[in-house]
Amino acid sequence: MTTTLALTGSPLWYASRAGGTLALVLLTATVVLGIASGGRVVPRRIGRFEIGLLHRNLSLLTLVFLGMHVVTAVLDPFVRLSWAVSVVPFGASYRPLWLGLGTAALDLLLAVLVTSALRHRLGVRSWKAVHWLAYAAWPLALFHSAGTGTDTRLPLQLWLYAACLATVIAAVWWRLAKAGPGHVAGRLTAAVAATAVPVVLTAFLAAGPLQPGWSQRAALTPVVLIGGGR
Amino acid sequence: MNPANRAKTLRIDRIACTGQGLCGELLPELIDLDEWGYPIVKDRSVPDHLRAHARRAAAACPLLALHLDADRT
Ligand code: HEM
Ligand code: SF4
Repeated sequence: MTTTLALTGSPLWYASRAGGTLALVLLTATVVLGIASGGRVVPRRIGRFEIGLLHRNLSLLTLVFLGMHVVTAVLDPFVRLSWAVSVVPFGASYRPLWLGLGTAALDLLLAVLVTSALRHRLGVRSWKAVHWLAYAAWPLALFHSAGTGTDTRLPLQLWLYAACLATVIAAVWWRLAKAGPGHVAGRLTAAVAATAVPVVLTAFLAAGPLQPGWSQRAALTPVVLIGGGR
Repeated sequence: MNPANRAKTLRIDRIACTGQGLCGELLPELIDLDEWGYPIVKDRSVPDHLRAHARRAAAACPLLALHLDADRT
């Protein structure tokens, strides 16, 4: 079963999976650069502005691949998604919860994009407040990927997710280790999240997508799912 | 005159600035950094040939503390 899963489907489906996977990798890189640039550490070999620029450019590239991922997913005849699914979370007929996490992540990223473009008019406080949402978008995207992806059962895909996770978690701990005093609540939240996300993701993968019958269970609504859904 | 074409002046919001020092990396012609990374503006008025660099430096400031004001005249 595992070896045959990727062999059917339209070119759009392949494009969508490739686009989603690249978007996740780019989003991971963007988040890591964001974490690295916010701290007090001054890099020695490259300029701080270069990290900032890379962060910005990779974020835009993420959105390009994300656009491709969403458009090809909606156009693909197999799952029959409506265009509304790309912006309104949890309304899809196909894997509503897991797809909805992707939609929610996209909405957050769009909010981050718009406020960043208008940041000089909004002022730092409002811009930053929205920018923090990007931290929420990343785990949402990761759970969306693991929960809805056809390729979640492929070892290579799993290694990729593990690498993305490890990079972000390492960046968070690095930043926490270098952080000064103050912002206790913020640092505590970051530490708890950095501990919880890998644990929850591992448990989720073991109980969900890596068990037989996931495609039936993933199609259910959230309520049935929590109840075990057999 | 169109404000975009007017001469520009650098202004640093000293309260917002946290000395991240990006501005000094991008616009060393006009901005020195002190030993803690805080900017020292050498020349507030931006010559025409540095205008694009000044705009880039203002856009790069993570605290939005570097402003490029259009002169009134
Ligand atoms: C931050 C936003 C998003 C990221 C980073 C992302 C990333 C991913 C990744 C990595 C996969 C797994 C692909 C694979 O298994 O090869 C995936 C699957 C999928 N995504 Fe997204 N996605 C996002 C948003 C969305 C949105 C808004 C939609 C709505 C149309 C969507 C629709 C889908 C669908 C239908 C699949 C299943 C594809 C399959 O069967 O493999 N995604 N996504
Ligand atoms: S980039 Fe902004 S915060 Fe950093 S030193 Fe310059 S003005 Fe201050």
